[in-house]
Amino acid sequence: MSTGEFTAEGGHGAVPVTKVPAATGPEQVRSTWPLYEVFLRGKRGLNHVHVGSLHAADPQMALRHARDLYTRRNEGVSIWVVAAADITASSPDEKDPFFAPAGDKVYRHPTFYDIPDDVPHI
Amino acid sequence: MSEDEFAVYQSLAQDTEDHRWAFGTGFTDPLEGIDTSVPAGVDPAALAAYCLMLGDDALIYSHRLQQWMTRMPELEEETALANVALDLLGQARMLLARAGRAEAAAGLGPGRDEDQLAFFRDEHEFRNVRLAERADGDFAELVARLAIFSAWRLALLDRLAGSGDPVLAAIAAKGVKEVTYHRDYAAQWVIRLGDGTAVSHAKMQAALEAVWPLVDELFRPDPVTAALPGVAADPASLRGEVEQVLDAVLAEATLERPQVAPMAPVAGKTGREGVHTETFGYVLAELQSLARAHPDATW
Repeated sequence: MSTGEFTAEGGHGAVPVTKVPAATGPEQVRSTWPLYEVFLRGKRGLNHVHVGSLHAADPQMALRHARDLYTRRNEGVSIWVVAAADITASSPDEKDPFFAPAGDKVYRHPTFYDIPDDVPHI
Repeated sequence: MSEDEFAVYQSLAQDTEDHRWAFGTGFTDPLEGIDTSVPAGVDPAALAAYCLMLGDDALIYSHRLQQWMTRMPELEEETALANVALDLLGQARMLLARAGRAEAAAGLGPGRDEDQLAFFRDEHEFRNVRLAERADGDFAELVARLAIFSAWRLALLDRLAGSGDPVLAAIAAKGVKEVTYHRDYAAQWVIRLGDGTAVSHAKMQAALEAVWPLVDELFRPDPVTAALPGVAADPASLRGEVEQVLDAVLAEATLERPQVAPMAPVAGKTGREGVHTETFGYVLAELQSLARAHPDATW
């Protein structure tokens, strides 16, 4: 497609309409920012919990974006961000070797004890 | 959905008496339940005019930011800018409501509400600085203008947090936290682009040169402020602090502070006296046309 078939849409005067690349095509594909995973600690919770991901140029920007995207409704008191590329994850293919052996070992669960009534949080 | 979250949705869906859809839905008076009597010794007419000035700055600036929606370079940045625009709109609502109550206290009629002040005033009745109405030519101009405006507004609100009018003081104290983030957001982009590539540096410097003529007006003394000792903040007294902050940002960004002549007043008047730039008419037309076409329309 030729460049001349497209024009940039204006922004009520707020965004320039001339000298703006507006064509589609392979030359218009731009690089994207790397992905970051976001962890929030809520007011009542004790642990940071994964809430989603976002794109940012570097960790500092990721932190700001996380604030703007994930704490709009007063959800958090602390934010962690980590580059998604830095996370080493278990593979779904390894699900059985990883997790199935724990399934039949009931003795690992402390269910054979009588818990006194005055012991909380168990 | 937790109970807390549900409460938020409930309050959003809550039915209120105000059904004028052109102004949004379900908005109650932002100062509802607050004692808005004007303290003894404070000139209510001047207080009304002063709150109008600060409210118009926030309203018009917020509208300019809203025009960037769907047009930001990244989704994440768009949400960030929407947050800034919403913060300023919230400040505008409270300040305009305060202006309306002070008007009533001054005996200037029944006192207009925030919607009447926002949608049914003409160009010459708006008191915002001309920096607030400027259109951003590109992203660099957007962040340059926002860095300057936020640095100035933060210094201003910081002083007003100790204002002799307790309502204005409370509005300012809330705004300080918001605008601190706005300044931080804009400054980090000025630094990224200024201290970035040769192209981004050149564009950032050009953006500063384009916006800087409007800086001088921010520190211009005006008679309204002068009539409110202990309540308003003298604009001239903010210059040192604001320039110090901006110089620090520019140094970090390897940019030069522009040496350009200030935009001249027209017949001695600037935005604070209701004299605006040509572009302002278009801003108001977009802001007000729906409300004026359907005054008090309801669902």
